[in-house]
Amino acid sequence: MNIVVLCKQVPDTESKIKLLGDNSNYDQEGIKWVLNVYDEYAVEEALKTREAGKAAKVTVLGLGPKRCEEALRTALAMGADDAIHVEDPALDGADAFAVAKALAGALKGVDYGVILCGKVAVDDDMGAVPQMLAELLGIAQVTVVSKVEIEGDTVKAYRDVEGGAKEIVQAKMPVLLAATKGLNEPRYASLPGIMKAKRKPLVKKTAADVGSSAAENKTKVAGWSLPAARLAGKVFKEGELADRVAQVVKLLREEAKAL
Amino acid sequence: MLDFELSEEQRILRKQIRNFAEKEIGTVAAELDEKEEFSIELVRKMGEMGLFGMFVSEEYGGSNVGYVSYIIAVEEIARVDGSTAATIAAGNSLGIGPIYYFGNDAQKKRWLPKLCTGELLASFGLTEPNAGSDSQASKTTAVLDGAEWVINGSKIFITNSASDISGVCIVQAITGARPDGRKEVSCILVPNGTPGFKAVPMHKKLMWRSSNTGELYFEDCRVPKENLLGKRGDGFKQMMMTLDGGRLSIGAMGLGGAQGAFEAALKYSQERSQFGKPIGNFEANAFKLADAATALEAARLLMYKAAWLREQKKPFGHVAAMAKLYCSQIFKDIAYDAVQIHGGYGLMKEYAVERFFRDQRLLEIGEGTSEMQKIVIARGLGLDPIYK
Ligand SMILES: Cc1cc2nc3c(=O)[nH]c(=O)nc-3n(C[C@H](O)[C@H](O)[C@H](O)COP(=O)(O)OP(=O)(O)OC[C@H]3O[C@@H](n4cnc5c(N)ncnc54)[C@H](O)[C@@H]3O)c2cc1C
Repeated sequence: MNIVVLCKQVPDTESKIKLLGDNSNYDQEGIKWVLNVYDEYAVEEALKTREAGKAAKVTVLGLGPKRCEEALRTALAMGADDAIHVEDPALDGADAFAVAKALAGALKGVDYGVILCGKVAVDDDMGAVPQMLAELLGIAQVTVVSKVEIEGDTVKAYRDVEGGAKEIVQAKMPVLLAATKGLNEPRYASLPGIMKAKRKPLVKKTAADVGSSAAENKTKVAGWSLPAARLAGKVFKEGELADRVAQVVKLLREEAKAL
Repeated sequence: MLDFELSEEQRILRKQIRNFAEKEIGTVAAELDEKEEFSIELVRKMGEMGLFGMFVSEEYGGSNVGYVSYIIAVEEIARVDGSTAATIAAGNSLGIGPIYYFGNDAQKKRWLPKLCTGELLASFGLTEPNAGSDSQASKTTAVLDGAEWVINGSKIFITNSASDISGVCIVQAITGARPDGRKEVSCILVPNGTPGFKAVPMHKKLMWRSSNTGELYFEDCRVPKENLLGKRGDGFKQMMMTLDGGRLSIGAMGLGGAQGAFEAALKYSQERSQFGKPIGNFEANAFKLADAATALEAARLLMYKAAWLREQKKPFGHVAAMAKLYCSQIFKDIAYDAVQIHGGYGLMKEYAVERFFRDQRLLEIGEGTSEMQKIVIARGLGLDPIYK
C-alpha cells in the first residue's frame, strides 16, 4: 500500500500580511513560506505508517509556483520517498475546485491506498480541497482526524467533534484522511535527511498533464480586506472598583458590542 | 557575480533548526543555566538531529552539510541559547574537526561514528593554567616509553571534557625538542577513563553555565603509541588550523546571540508602554534597535563570507579572525542595549536578555581573545605587532 500526502506551501503565520494596491490579493514579496502545519501532521502520520510496515512508499504531492518545491523538499527531508509538483502559470489563481481537479489529474496512474492531507491550509482557511478531491476520485473521506488505525485495507479514523467527543469512522481503502492537531507530533527534518532529500525524485507536471487550470474555477475572489487596526486599550484606574467594573461592562455593551 | 540568496537546502535547514532550537532548547535553557546543569538528553536530541559531524563525510556518520550550513546551524542555536551552542560549536570544530582532518582511518572509525550521533563528545585540550593566549608556553609533556606515551601535566577550561559522555580529549603535549631548539608539539588522543587522566567539571561560571567545562590532570597517564594524531611534531600546526575553524564557530555564536538579544529587545520595545506609548517609539530606543539591525546585517555578511571562503577551500583564517572579532563585539553591544531597553526587567532571570548579557562575555575571550584576533588581522596587513 502506498500513501500520497498533499502538501501546500503557505505563509509563515508570523509573516506580516499586506495587500496589493488594488486589493486583488496579498503581497507575496518578502513573505516567509513554510509547509502548512496541518500537512506536517499528514506527512508525519504517513511516515509513521510506513515505519510500522503498513505502507511501502510515501509520495508527496503539491501544487503551486516554483517556490513550493521547498515545501515538498521539506517533506522529503522528513522522510517521504518522492514528490510530484504541479507547476504551471495556467494554475495561478486556481480556486479550490480547479486545484482539486488538478490534484485528481496528477493522481491518475498513481497507486495509493490512503491520501493524507491537512484539514485546512492556514493561508486562506478554505478547507475545501480534501472533500472535493475525494469526491472527484470517488473515494471515501474522513475529515478532522486526530487518530488513525489501519488494519489490512480497513481504516478506522477518529474525528474530533465539537465538545471533545470523538466520532469513529471506518472505511475501506482507498480513503482520504484530513488531519487535525493532536494526530501526532511532527518530526524535525534532520540534517542527514535534508541532504538525502536533494537526491530524491521530484517529478514536475503541467496544467495540461493534469487536465485543469484556473479556467476551471467555479468561484472568483472579488477582493481582499484586512481587519481594522487594533485600537489602543483603555485602562480604568480612577474611582471605586465597582464603578470601574460598571464602566467596563457599559463600554463592552455599547462600544465594543461584545455583550 | 554576487548572490546573497541561501540555497533551498540552507533555507530548509535554518527553518528546521530554528524550530528545533525554540522547542527543544528554548524551553529548558533558562532552567539548565540556573541549575548549572549540562543536559545529556539535549546532546542526544541534537545528535539525532544530525547537529554533530556537520562537515564530516557520510562514511563516518556525518551529515556533510558544508561550512555555510554549519554556521547557520550554530547561529540558530545561539539565537536561543549560548551554552547549547557552545556544546555544538566545540563538539564540531574542536572535538570532531581535528580527528576528522588529521586522524588516520582507524582513529576516525573508532571515534567519529559515536561522536556524530552525540553518544560521545570529544574535547580539545590546549589551554593550560600558565598558557592561555601564549599557547606555546604549555608545559604538558608526553614521553614515548616503549609502545606507550606517558603524559604529565594539566589543562584548564576545556569544553565538553568532563561530562559523563566525554569520550576522548585531544591533548596538546610537548614530545621533545626540534633541531632548531624550539619545542616539538604533538597532539595525542587520550580517552576519558584512562588511568592517570582525571577530568573535573568546573563550576560557578558567569556564562555558558549549562555547557560542560573541565580541568584536566595527567599523572603518568599511559596511552598506546598509535594514539598520536597525525605526525609527531605537527601539533602546533594542527592546533592553529583547528583554531582558524573554531573562530568561525565563535563568530556564528556571536551572530546568533546578537540576533536573539535583538529580537527580544525589539519585541519588548513594542509591548512595553511608558508615557502612553510603546517605548520603541522613543527615539533613544528606536535608534538603538536601528543600530543593532545594521550591525547584524554587516556581521552576517562578514560571517557568511568567512564560511564561504572556507567552503571554497580558499584562505580564510584572516577573514575568520575578523568575523570572530566583529560578531563578538556586536553581541556585546546589542546585549548591552537589549538589557537597557528592558529596563529593570532586563536584569531579572525571567527575561532571556539577562542570560544573553552574561553569555556574550565569553566570546571576546574564548578561542583567542579579541586582542589576539587583532594580532592575527594586523599580521595579515603585513604588520608585526610585538607580543613576546
Ligand atoms: C568557558 C570557557 C571554555 C573554554 N574552552 C576551551 C577549550 O575547549 N579548549 C581550550 O584549549 N581552551 C578553552 N578555553 C580557554 C580560552 O581559549 C582561554 O581562556 C583564552 O585563550 C585566553 O587565555 P587566558 O584565559 O589564559 O588569558 P591570558 O592569555 O592570560 O590573557 C589575559 C588578557 O591579556 C591579553 N593578552 C595576552 N597576551 C597579549 C598580547 N600579546 N597582546 C595583547 N593582549 C594580550 C588577553 O587578550 C586578555 O585580555 C575556554 C575558556 C573558557 C572561559
